[in-house]
Amino acid sequence: MKMSATTQSGGPVTAADAKSEATPALPKRRAGVVLKARRDWPPLAIHSAQLVILAAILAFWEFGVRAGFINAFFWSSPSDIARVARIFVTEGTALQDTWFTFRATVIGFVAGSLLGAAIGLSLWWSKNAARIVEPFIVVFNAIPKMALGPLIILIFGIGISSKIALAIALTFVITALAAYSGVKSVDEDLVKLTYSLGGRRWDVFRKIILPSSMPWIISSLRINIGLALAGVLVGEFISSQFGLGKVIMYAGATYDMALIWVGITILSVLSMALYGVVVWMERQLLKGFHSAETSRDSTR
Amino acid sequence: MMGTSSAAPKKLDLRGITKRFDTPEGGILAVDDISLSVEKGRFTSIIGQSGCGKSTLFNIFAGLLKPSSGAVVLDGEDITGRAGMISYMLQKDLLLPWRTILDNVIFGLELQGIGRDAARETARPFLARYGLGAFENHYPAALSGGMRQRAALLRTLLCNKDVILLDEPFAALDAQTRFRMQQWLLTLWRDFDLTILFVTHDVDEAIFLSDDIVVLSPRPGRVRDSFPVGLPRPRARDIVTTPEFGRLKHRCLELLFEGRTSEDEEAETA
Ligand SMILES: Nc1ncnc2c1ncn2[C@@H]1O[C@H](COP(=O)(O)OP(=O)(O)O)[C@@H](O)[C@H]1O
Ligand SMILES: [Mg+2]
Repeated sequence: MKMSATTQSGGPVTAADAKSEATPALPKRRAGVVLKARRDWPPLAIHSAQLVILAAILAFWEFGVRAGFINAFFWSSPSDIARVARIFVTEGTALQDTWFTFRATVIGFVAGSLLGAAIGLSLWWSKNAARIVEPFIVVFNAIPKMALGPLIILIFGIGISSKIALAIALTFVITALAAYSGVKSVDEDLVKLTYSLGGRRWDVFRKIILPSSMPWIISSLRINIGLALAGVLVGEFISSQFGLGKVIMYAGATYDMALIWVGITILSVLSMALYGVVVWMERQLLKGFHSAETSRDSTR
Repeated sequence: MMGTSSAAPKKLDLRGITKRFDTPEGGILAVDDISLSVEKGRFTSIIGQSGCGKSTLFNIFAGLLKPSSGAVVLDGEDITGRAGMISYMLQKDLLLPWRTILDNVIFGLELQGIGRDAARETARPFLARYGLGAFENHYPAALSGGMRQRAALLRTLLCNKDVILLDEPFAALDAQTRFRMQQWLLTLWRDFDLTILFVTHDVDEAIFLSDDIVVLSPRPGRVRDSFPVGLPRPRARDIVTTPEFGRLKHRCLELLFEGRTSEDEEAETA
């Protein structure tokens, strides 16, 4: 091996020369680059940095208001927000409003996702029905559903059902389209296999179509939880007796900037908590499907 | 065709199978009037160039595709267009990635209406006996190609159908693994008293495994010739170097590439 390598690179071998003359020239290569090792900071250092930044923002805000170069009327101040928050929680309707928004969001999310999954999966049963229905779904998906808000409030009233309806309107299309994509991407050979092993149509649906589409459906949930909350909020903005959206609307109308900030803060925490639960749920559901991805990759 | 001795019982009888596909560019005649009969317990290989209709033929046998004309007869009963009567295995192992190996192997049993626990009890001894015992609770992604094919084949076998179609099952495996899988398949064939129809484009593989070989012509697929192999069993690995093997191989290659000049082939590979 070594010998032939030296003759090729160094020695004046005529046969090799003749061959390389006939081969077209390639452009010159760029010089190589030396890769530097990067050092990751430990998590504690990252978290500390985040805390320091947050504290700095709050301190700057508070100081700015006291020094007078930040307008307290528009921006309020951290200390004022904390004071209003305490009153809102202890004497106000914080719990009731949060519970209202939470309930409407969760019900809308679950109902919308289930409805969407049912619609998307049912399109497997008839290719013709699917071809008829598909454009309707696509068009409905294109409608900015928030714009339906006033209509939905008129139909369903100012209670919780209109908020749930808005959340459903926003979420179900997403899952329907995801489930339908899942259905369409099922390996036809798996379907054949099931029939050849003696399966019926229902077996194919239950044992092949449903589990194959599951990762697609699950991937829509993450988007849906945010959309459900947004739908509920819009409903509460338009007209409602309860809910964090109503609180923010009311605070805005009465120039209570601190209360707006309190509402936003509670909403953010609620949103993060819901998102966290959905991500956790997703991971539980996907446990079995995780290997699906790896096996699909390794056969490529 | 084969086994004209009327004494042996006909397991599978294929009568004048023709398949025409309708495409926007017009009809494609994929399979043209193929008749075969296979005796019980025989190992038959079908060879032919790619695109000559081997997979189409198997889809028709398995009832997954309706022939344009012709009939599939199993044990004297016309089963044309009926799925679930003959087991079928493709080149892809088609294991369900969300099921463990054990649960993949019992998939066919489940579809036959057997409860999951009972099916598992049935399957376990087979897994242990045929080299998959250690992988029972693994997911398919964790297994090598050979092991996955074993699981797929066991799944097919446990459905308890005695005719099995194998469409290039080992084409994606490396040479070492393929040889081991061939041995393994022959063991199963004997143990389960199977009638096997095997598609391959590897002439050596066809001769090594088979009792009978059927050579198809290029599209449209017609039976160009069929003949028994006649080599004694069990066959050792070095049987490929014997003159008789060489003669058979020569015959197969002649039939496969009949009427084609070497320029045709060069143009194709270029
Ligand atoms: N669904 C189909 N529609 C149209 N043509 C098809 C279809 N399936 C197979 N064919 C054609 O029929 C011929 C035989 O295909 P196939 O049975 O897969 O060949 P093989 O398995 O021998 O390689 C090919 O030319 C292929 O293009
Ligand atoms: Mg094929």
